[in-house]
Parts: sequence; structure tokens; C-alpha cells
Amino acid sequence: MTAHVAEKAPRTAPAPVRERGRTAAWVRLVLLLLFVLVFLIPVYVLLVTSFKPLSEADPAQAWNLPKVWTTEAWSVAWEKLEPGIVNSFLLAIPGSLISAALGSLNGYVLSKWRFPGADVLFTLFLFGMFIPYQGVMIPLVQLMVDVGDALGVQLYGGIPGLVLAHVVYGIPICTLIFRNYYVTIPDELIEASRVDGAGMLRTLWSIVLPVSGPAFAVVIIWQFTSMWNDFLFAVFLTGPSSWPTTVMLNNIAGAVTTPYSQQMAAAILASIPTMVIYVLLGRFFMRGLMAGALKG
Amino acid sequence: MRRWLPGLLLVSPSIILIAVFVYGLLGWNFKLAMTDKHDEIAEIPGDFVGLENFTSIWSDERWGLSVRHSIVFTVVFVGGALVLGWLLAFLMEKGIRAESGFRAVYLFPMAVSFIATGVVWRWLMNSATGDHAVGLNRLFHYLGVDFLQWQWFRDGDWGMAAMAIPAVWQMSGYIMALFLAGFRGVPEELREAARVDGCGEWGVYRHVVLPMLRPVTLSALIILGHISLKVFDLVVAVSGKQIITDVPATYMWTAVYDSHDPAKGATIASYIVLSVVVFVVPYLIWDARKGKRS
Repeated sequence: MTAHVAEKAPRTAPAPVRERGRTAAWVRLVLLLLFVLVFLIPVYVLLVTSFKPLSEADPAQAWNLPKVWTTEAWSVAWEKLEPGIVNSFLLAIPGSLISAALGSLNGYVLSKWRFPGADVLFTLFLFGMFIPYQGVMIPLVQLMVDVGDALGVQLYGGIPGLVLAHVVYGIPICTLIFRNYYVTIPDELIEASRVDGAGMLRTLWSIVLPVSGPAFAVVIIWQFTSMWNDFLFAVFLTGPSSWPTTVMLNNIAGAVTTPYSQQMAAAILASIPTMVIYVLLGRFFMRGLMAGALKG
Repeated sequence: MRRWLPGLLLVSPSIILIAVFVYGLLGWNFKLAMTDKHDEIAEIPGDFVGLENFTSIWSDERWGLSVRHSIVFTVVFVGGALVLGWLLAFLMEKGIRAESGFRAVYLFPMAVSFIATGVVWRWLMNSATGDHAVGLNRLFHYLGVDFLQWQWFRDGDWGMAAMAIPAVWQMSGYIMALFLAGFRGVPEELREAARVDGCGEWGVYRHVVLPMLRPVTLSALIILGHISLKVFDLVVAVSGKQIITDVPATYMWTAVYDSHDPAKGATIASYIVLSVVVFVVPYLIWDARKGKRS
């Protein structure tokens, strides 16, 4: 579609306009390139500083490339951050899979197996997407302590509790993504399956799930990214042994004694998983983003 | 009923979870905010005091400061991200060479956590000036625009405007994507029809494209607004728990962990919720109605 729009305008326009259009295109390109530079400034700083030895941590050389390149800061940062990275994977992998499973069930019912009041329920769900989590934080901690005590498991302070919180508060967005995806499956297909005598679960299993791949990809990537990047839940719900990457990074970077080079190497390390996802699967990441905008 | 009951049963776990964890806990929080439970000892449940905490908090100087900060931050962040996002989309709207490359660069900050980018932004917005300047102040020195050097987020009056810069950097690509989808959603026939009717290119924008962007702008406003009111990670990552950059969300953290005052924490949390509810609920209702019509 992009190429189509781009080519169509000059071809139909009269000659002088085409001239003007070409100049305008150059101006646009230059402006966009300028913004690219501005957007990449933090990346330049992160990379360059992370490869500097301590001796170059001098304000006068703040923007220079390292004279001596070293990965010393990287190995120290990795050593400090590794437990957090492990915890983050232990959180985000099961968490995103459970989220996707729940979202798929809800989305299926809310689009294809509707019951009276389904629309109201859906709006009530969506509100959960917007609530500031601060508003549930204090009672959530209390609830996890109480329920954990009652069941004899450790919910508060550990990774399972953190997974639970992310899964529960991820229900709205996951349901929304799956519902919007399943709406595009023709109702006739569902009807035909019904006529053939298939029940709700059978239809889900043999008609809907086989075509759900893209929706699963969007939800898993979206949930993985938000669990990886979350700080609020992590800081309220976990203890030192289960701190995920963000909390550890904040502690490392917040310490005055940590040299800039190590802070920045740690920040890059903490961002690698989500950046890899963004670069390799950006399409699915984008769709999750756009779903967050509701019907925008 | 046989037709829809199985469906209802299948979503019932989620209904229960949302009912308890979203609505139940919100209610619990409000209830806690209306008690005098000002210390953490579990045996003392606290007595009901009505809205006393909600009114008395306004005599707390630090609370007033955090509200002021939140307003400054919201205005600069929402305004900045909307304008920059719109501008980027406008520049790309007609198609440009390597468009996907541009989009990828503008969007990548979204994929990274505030905690990680906060590290570099704290450095970029270092308040040191003159010979010791690093970060942007140093860059201004190189470029010969020393007069631009300032205290950034350490500036007592407008520091929160500086705090909004990383947020704009992080979110404007997203707003760009929303607007780009909006621009591309305007049918070419409509633009053509306006041109045939004698509209100049500007007229086409003014009378055809801009009105059709209104729903996108509204969505963008809601998204940015609710992010802004609960901003937390960014402030923690850039400045830690400093009073000078307090916003309600960080102040709540302080109230819970440093002052050990659950009722106060719950009161602040309630105010954050209310500030979001005020415009998100009408939006959700509007959105649900719109959905029904189409």
C-alpha cells in the first residue's frame, strides 16, 4: 500500500507540481534522518561508554569513542546481572504462555460462543487494562501473604506470585487481542462445525486453534516484553532471591559506586532479549502495540 | 441457554480473577484509604475515618509538590509525544524511501524498559555544567550553545519538564505508528474528490484528513494520559526516590516502604486511580457504544 500511494501521486500530477513534490520529498527525508540521529543518541552513548576502560571515564571525553576498547565492564555487569536475567526468563516464559492460553479461551468465547451480557463483560475486562496498578498494590501484597499462608505455599516474595500477578492483569489485553483476531474467522465455519455435531471445545480444538498461530505470537511476544520490562510489580512482590532483571539493574545502576561503563553495559544486557524480539519479530510486537490502542 | 452456558463456564475463571484482582482489590484499597491504619502492625485493622485521609493529605507539602510535578510532566509528555508523533507520521505519510527502516528506529525505544533507558538518560541529563559537564550539557558545550545548559530534572521549578523528555523519546514512535495508520486509513478517493472540488493540498488536509484523524488523536490522548498519571519506573530509574522529582506513584512507594503508612499509601493510590478513571471510563463507554453501532 505504501508503494502504491508513493507512486500514484507524482504520476497523475502535472509537471510543476511534480518538481515541487520532489523537493518536498527531499526535505521530508532530511528531516526524518535528523530525527533518526536524535533518536539514536542514547544508543551511541550506551554502546560507546560500555566499551570504555575506567581511565576514560572523564567528562572531557564524554562523547568520544573509546581510545582503548575493552569488554571489562561487560563481564562485570554480566556477573552482577545474571541471577536477575535467569529470574526474568523464569517469570516471562511460563507467564506469557499461560497468558496466551487464557486469552485464547476468553477471546474465543467472547467472539464465537457469546452469552447474554458478553459486551458488558468485555468492557469491564478492558477497564482492567487501564487501571493504574498502584491502586491494587497494597491489598495485592496482603492477599498474596494471606492466600500463601492458607495454602501453605509462598506466593509473596517469589516468582510464582509474580507470574500470577502478571497473568491476572494481562487477561484484559490478551482477551482483547484474541477476540479481535477471532472475529475475523467466518461465523459460517463455526456454524458448520456445530451442524456436524461438534461442541464448543471440539470446535475450538479443530477449527479455531489451528488458525490461531499469529494471535498466539502477538500475545506471547507482547506479554513476554511487558513482563520482562516490568518494574512496579517486581519491586512490590519479590524478594532479593527472585528479583528480575529490572530490579537488579536498578540496584546496580542506582549505586553511586558503580562506574558508568558498567551501568551502561548492564542496561544493554538487560535489554537484549526484548531487542532481539523487536528486531526478529517486530511485526507481531507492533500488532500487540496497536491492539493496546483499542480500535484506534 | 444450552447454547451459551458452556461459554460462560469457560470464561468464568477469568471473570472471577478479574472480579477479585481488579474490582475487589480496588475496593479493598479504597476501604483501606478510609481507615486510620497508619502503621503496619497486622493486629491493628484501623478504624473507619471516612474521607479524612483524602482531605488531610493536601496539607502535606510533599504531596502538593508531587501533584504539581505530575501536572507538569503530563502536559510536557502528552503534548510532546503527540506533536512529535504526529510530525513523524506526517513526514512519512506519503511514503518515503526506506520507510520501514525509519519506523523501526522511531519505535525501538518502546521495546526497552524505562529502567534500562533510565541509566543513559540520567547520564545525558546530568546537571553538572562548565568543565565538569557530561551528557547533553557537554554536547551543548561542544556545539557552542552553552546557554542551553541547565539543571535538567534537578531544576526545582521545571525539572519535571526534563523528566518528560525520555518519556517522549520512548513513546512518540508509538504515537507515530497510530497516526500513520490513521493517515493511511483515509481513502484516496476522498482526497481525490476534494481535489476535484478545487481543494489545494492544504485544503485536503484541513477538511478531509484532519477530521478523520480525530478518533486516533483521542485514543492517543487516552493512552498517553493514563501512562503519564501512573509514571513510576522512569522517575525511579532517572532520579531514584528524590523529593525533587516526586510524583504520586513514587510518593506512594515512599509512604508504603519508608514511612510504613498503609492508609496513606492507599490514599495516594486511590487518587491515582481516580485521576485515570475520570477520563478512561467515559472513553470505554464511548468505545463500547461505537463498537455496537458499527
